Order: sequence, then structure tokens, then C-alpha cells
Amino acid sequence: MKIAVSSTGASLNSQIEPRFGRCEQFIIVDPETMRFEVMENPGSIASGGAGITTAQEIARKGAEAVITGHCGPNAHRVLTTAGIDVITGVSGTVQEVVTGYIRGQYTPSVNPNAPEHFGAGAGFKRGKGKGSNL
Amino acid sequence: MLISIASGKGGTGKTLVATSLACAIKDTYSVELIDCDVEEPNAHIFINPEFTVSEVVETPVPKIDESKCNHCAKCSKACVFNAIAILNESVLTFPDLCHGCGVCAFVCERKAITEVPYRTGLIEKGYAPGIKFKQGKLDIGRAMATPVIKKLKEDAGKEQDVTFIDSPPGTSCSMVEAVDASDLCLLVTESTPFGLNDLELALQTINQLGVPGAVIINRARPEDRRVEQYCQQNQVPILMQIPLDYSIARLYSKGITLALGSPQWRENFRHLFEKTKELVR
Ligand code: SF4
Ligand code: SF4
Repeated sequence: MKIAVSSTGASLNSQIEPRFGRCEQFIIVDPETMRFEVMENPGSIASGGAGITTAQEIARKGAEAVITGHCGPNAHRVLTTAGIDVITGVSGTVQEVVTGYIRGQYTPSVNPNAPEHFGAGAGFKRGKGKGSNL
Repeated sequence: MLISIASGKGGTGKTLVATSLACAIKDTYSVELIDCDVEEPNAHIFINPEFTVSEVVETPVPKIDESKCNHCAKCSKACVFNAIAILNESVLTFPDLCHGCGVCAFVCERKAITEVPYRTGLIEKGYAPGIKFKQGKLDIGRAMATPVIKKLKEDAGKEQDVTFIDSPPGTSCSMVEAVDASDLCLLVTESTPFGLNDLELALQTINQLGVPGAVIINRARPEDRRVEQYCQQNQVPILMQIPLDYSIARLYSKGITLALGSPQWRENFRHLFEKTKELVR
């Protein structure tokens, strides 16, 4: 099994990064052996649709679960279509959250927990709550 | 002549300037006013046009025939807007992110992609006495304003002597689309630190578009001269100052634009137009 965790650094002791699409790297962990690889996130530099390209990349890596802070509607749609469990609202180190997941401490989220463009920074778009109708 | 009216942030009085200009000169010139603030068009409140035509705006978005698709992901790699996700067993498209460029269909070797229309908004055209009026409205939940603005501007400035464009606020793609190709952009700002910051951004944006700019200070307060100083240093002309005045605000709140509510201001706006015209020449 493979679990993808949005991370602020390149090790198991790194803190989880709350943003999904704009996160610079993901740690992809095999929870049985705790071996991992670091995936550079193509979405972190995308001009738009960051979460979508990130989610697609994670699916391609064969991950079965994603652990992150906030996940918007587009990325959520890609991940759930790919059959990937999405765990949101989690904090701690990569090691801690992976262990937590294996112990069944988290429930996958059925709905996105962030609006579109959540991690994109100021000035990206006129800030007006626009729900996705997808 | 194409004159756009823009501002670095919302609520500065852009619409007041655009509608007053149009109303002040409509007896002398043939005038067109286009409200490109498609997320919240409100110029019509002051113009009271009678709408005669409405047109749906659609963009071409990809539709993928999954029976032909082999999930090679060439399309999704080619799309700079990330509007397509190709998974091992499924295909997802995000029409709200799609710019309708057609690159995905072009790169697909299996001919699995066709383009289908996707409605993003509506355009309304009509007339008020002496003014040809157009506005666009983005459909609720849609994110892509530029196709609506593009369509609004299709034949802008071709028939009338003067076309005024009320631009969306800010410096986003939709503002760029609205202001692009105008002969001059009037930037409406307030004399506050925020106003100055947004003005600087807006000036940078129009510079990059090669559109000359001039400034109008609204709710001007003589005690704050920051905007004036900035404009002097950067040689940007200030063409008008509208004071912070209770009677102006009251007219506006009744849906009466300044040039129609006050003969003095009507004269001021005619004068503003003459100055604008000189800068264009
Ligand atoms: S390029 Fe064509 S065949 Fe390849 S994934 Fe896209 S739609 Fe499918
Ligand atoms: S038409 Fe252009 S923007 Fe739309 S999905 Fe295809 S490549 Fe992307």
C-alpha cells in the first residue's frame, strides 16, 4: 500500500503541509516498511488547476490514500474518482499521521473542505465565495 | 475612440465616472457604453436602457469519447490550465477551468476529443436615449469571465464616435481583457494608502498592455495628498478630483449619476472628456 502525505520537508519527521495543490512535495510512504519516496509536486507551480494536476500525479503513483490539511472540490473529485481515500484536517509529522491512518484514527472525507483556489495566495482571483457546481 | 474606466479595487466610483461621462457627452457625440464588470454589472441602474437583444455566450470545451481514449494523458499534459485529468480508468474534464483553446483535441492521436459548447454567460444589448448600451453577465457558479468580455467587445468602437468600457475592478485577466486595446484608460482611485497601492498595480498592468493612463481621484480629501504626489513623480496626469461630498453620495444612492443630477458636474464631465480626447491625440 502507498500513502501520499503533503509535507513541508523531505523526511518522515517533517510537518504536514496544510495545502494540497500548492504543496511543494509529497512523501509517498509504504506503511508496512515505512520506506518512502519524495514526489515533487507539479501543481505547486501551475498557473491554475493546481489541485487537479497534483491529484492526477498522486493517482499515477498508485497511492491509495492522501493525507493533507485542506482539499478543494476539483482535487477531491479527481482523487475520489481514482478511488483514493482523502483524509483532511490533519496535522502532525508525516510519521505520526501515517501511523494514525493505519490505526484507523481518521475517516476519509466525503466532501472537499476548502474552497477553490484556497492555497493560491492573495490576488489570485477576486475573492468571492464561489461554490463549484460540479 | 475606445476609453476604458478601471480601478485597482472595487467600490471606487468607476461606474459613476463611466456613466457620467456617457451622459455628459451624449448630445454632442454618438456614444456607446459597455459594462464589462460581468460579475456584478450595475451601470444599467444609472442608464435605464431598454434591452432589445440578448445572446448566450458559450465556450468550446472538450468532450472525451471514452471508448476511443487509451488514457495516454497527452491531452492533460498539453493543457496549461489543467482542465483535464486522465486517470487509469477514467477521464475527468473541468469545463470551468477550460479556456477553449483547442490544444487538447489537436494533440489527441485517437481523435477521442470533440468540442462541445459550454454556456458561461449572457450578453444584453439595448438603448437609452442617446446611448447604445451593452452589458454581460457571468452565469452563477461560472469562473471564466474573459469569454463574456471578449464577446462584449467584439465590435466595440466601430459604430460610435466614443465607446466607454466599464472594466471589472482589480488587475485580473478579466480587467486585462476589458482594458486591452483601448486608446486610454481612466483609473479611478481614492486618496487613501489602499487606493494608492491598488493604483500602482493597475498602472503597471496597463503599462504592460501599452495603454496610456490617466487618474481620477474620487472621494478626494485635501488632507491626503499621497496619490497626487505619486502621480506627479510618475508623470501620470490627474484629470479630475471628485470631493467626498454628501450630496454626491445621496444622488448616487438614488440611482442618479452625477452628470445627470447636477448641471455643474455635467459641465465638469464634458470638460473631462475634452481633456481625455486631447491625451488620446
Ligand atoms: S490524448 Fe486522447 S487518447 Fe490520450 S488521454 Fe487524452 S483523450 Fe485519451
Ligand atoms: S481546450 Fe485548451 S484549455 Fe480547454 S481543456 Fe483543452 S487544452 Fe485545456
